[in-house]
Amino acid sequence: MLKTLLIGIKDLKILSRDRAALILILLAPFLLTIGMGLVTGRFSGDNSSGISDIPIVIVNLDNDSLGNALVDVFNSDDLAELVEPTFSVDPEAARLLVDEDEVAAAIIIPKGFTQSIIPQSGSAVSNEEIKIEFYANPSRPTSAGIVKSIVDGFLARLDEMQLGGMTSVSQLIISGRIAPQDANQVGEEMGKRLQNAAGNSNEATAITLNTSTSEGEAVEFDVLSFFAPGMALMFLMYTVSYGGRSILAEKSEGTLPRLLVSPTNTIQVLGGKVFGIFLTGAAQMLILIGASSLFFRLNWGNAFGVVLLTLAAVFGATGWGMLITALARTPAQVGSVGSAVMLIFAMLGGSFIQTDNMPAFVQTFGKITPNAWAMNGFTTLALGGTLTPLSTPIVALLTMGISLLLLSAVLFGKKNLVQK
Amino acid sequence: MPNILEVQNLAKSYDNFTAVKGISFDIKEGEIFSLLGPNGAGKTTTISMLSTLYTPTSGDAVIGGHSITKDPMAVKQVIGVVPQEIALYEDLTARENLVFWGQMYGLGGKSLNSRVDEVLEQIGLTDKAKNRVKTYSGGMKRRVNIGVGLLHKPRLLFMDEPTVGIDPQSRRAILDTVKDLNKHGMTVLYTTHYMEEAAELSNRVGIIDHGELIALGTQDELTKQVGQAETLILHIGENEDPDALAKAVSSVEGVQKADVTNNEVSIITSDAKDILAGVVGKANERGIKIRSMDIREPNLEAVFLHLTGRALRD
Ligand SMILES: Nc1ncnc2c1ncn2[C@@H]1O[C@H](COP(=O)(O)OP(=O)(O)O)[C@@H](O)[C@H]1O
Ligand SMILES: [Mg+2]
Repeated sequence: MLKTLLIGIKDLKILSRDRAALILILLAPFLLTIGMGLVTGRFSGDNSSGISDIPIVIVNLDNDSLGNALVDVFNSDDLAELVEPTFSVDPEAARLLVDEDEVAAAIIIPKGFTQSIIPQSGSAVSNEEIKIEFYANPSRPTSAGIVKSIVDGFLARLDEMQLGGMTSVSQLIISGRIAPQDANQVGEEMGKRLQNAAGNSNEATAITLNTSTSEGEAVEFDVLSFFAPGMALMFLMYTVSYGGRSILAEKSEGTLPRLLVSPTNTIQVLGGKVFGIFLTGAAQMLILIGASSLFFRLNWGNAFGVVLLTLAAVFGATGWGMLITALARTPAQVGSVGSAVMLIFAMLGGSFIQTDNMPAFVQTFGKITPNAWAMNGFTTLALGGTLTPLSTPIVALLTMGISLLLLSAVLFGKKNLVQK
Repeated sequence: MPNILEVQNLAKSYDNFTAVKGISFDIKEGEIFSLLGPNGAGKTTTISMLSTLYTPTSGDAVIGGHSITKDPMAVKQVIGVVPQEIALYEDLTARENLVFWGQMYGLGGKSLNSRVDEVLEQIGLTDKAKNRVKTYSGGMKRRVNIGVGLLHKPRLLFMDEPTVGIDPQSRRAILDTVKDLNKHGMTVLYTTHYMEEAAELSNRVGIIDHGELIALGTQDELTKQVGQAETLILHIGENEDPDALAKAVSSVEGVQKADVTNNEVSIITSDAKDILAGVVGKANERGIKIRSMDIREPNLEAVFLHLTGRALRD
């Protein structure tokens, strides 16, 4: 038991000296989160809670079914307490209201918006993209964010979900085409693109956050409550495959055989490696959570729940790390399979995009990922949830971890850990 | 002296290749025993079985009274292992490595720390102990690799070619360390393909080739096997044909055996002086120019040559 702990701690120590790995497991998710936060106007102050009667101005130049439907949304009783819409016919004047800090945002529905989405018979199908302009007040990021989420929600209902360009940044980092230290900038650009896409129904859904505002309650909407855990969980999958990889690396570098000729048995050694992965993953997640709370003043919700959920998520992910390792032959294989799994899980598990809008089979399949369950839990917590609704994701993650660890133990048993 | 290790018909096959073909030998408490053999002879495979890492295909060995197949855990307590390939955590310092491996041998607390200090002193790395192993030279890494095997003061130390690929100075230091350890009571099983190391260190030598123990005994006993033979070594130029020379001199009266190694021809004979004239004559006949000659007293190299018809180093 003691040796198991010592092996795990040794692995954490070794990782803490691997600068490249630290960049990927801590800096990359952190910078990506910052990038997202910067563009979504998350960092410009205005952290008051209890938001209501957000002043906005709507310019409906479309005057057709869809434009009117959006206006109806903002006029609905559901949103009566949350937003205070005024109307204008002049886009310039509306933007001026934003610039003068009279309103939190201007929504400009351009002429022909409905037609661009539902082409009418007789009229020529235009290839021109017609976008809703969402003109946000940078000094009221939270309010603007809420309004934007309502627009996004509306747009999401309009169109089928399609994967946007969200995966690209992480893909680029992993394939080495951009350095992690540039992630922040790229993340920022990506965020910009998403914001531009407010009127592009295909892409807008990529950051749709279905914040429930139907009760008209004061909702503290924070995009980072979505991005921070999403990015952390994505790179958690990197950490567990890094750990798994170290098992095969220790085998080829001779330290694993050396452990086995010391009075330490296979179970202690493998247990130590599993513990090392778990420890590393937990340290990574808690550091990222701590950093985002500190630097972004992000409220993750009930602290006890956050810790429990984090440990369960790391445990589930550790199971995947071990399974990948048990199936691979070389450290390099663990690395490449691990990176692929990290991306696929991030997509299926909703680290980039809310999965609610995905086809049912994708959602079902996503349940194999720790990302999906943990995102579910973190969202619950961020929205003020308590421990009770958390039990489902936690139990699911623990079950996942136990089954995968057992499966990998069987596979490791069949595979000779000693001889090459 | 009692035997600390008794090997009985130990064999190991990989898939369909037999690396060790049923070898038997004993090691007495307090001696340095060398397994001498060329690359691929089966030295590492033997050490791996004795250190309980590999399961023997057949046969057994008893170490300190415990069977390697039936009670491997007890065997592990008795032995220390210095693997052929350096097996250390490069991102940890020498001290951190020693502390970690000491913990794996059940050491802890103050006694671990003072033991680590002792070992660092012994391997001469006290000053560099706080540097990461990856900053070390090959020789320094080899020394840490040895240090790890010494931490728990094993009764029997396995050293698998501990001097491969390092500078002469480090090699000297390592050989001296082995002798020093032995002087303080540690029994050592040392494998090497360097005849000189086996000669310098060991009380007894086992010569291993193609998985078989082809000779076993003290150096005197072994060299007697070659008879009163001496070895005459002919060094020739790079452009000359050593095979032709070996063939030519074989017919000289008094030549027992002539073999080729690199650009040398080694001739085993009962008296080198008697055959000199004949050998030089044959070389001249063929127009092969001999650059220089050596006469060697019987040694382990000659024993190996005598037994296998090949040189140790190929
Ligand atoms: N894991 C293995 N699988 C197959 N053959 C092996 C394996 N390990 C060693 N061998 C073969 O067994 C023979 C003996 O190897 P080894 O014990 O390493 O020799 P030595 O240490 O004397 O150089 C060699 O021919 C080598 O190629
Ligand atoms: Mg070897």
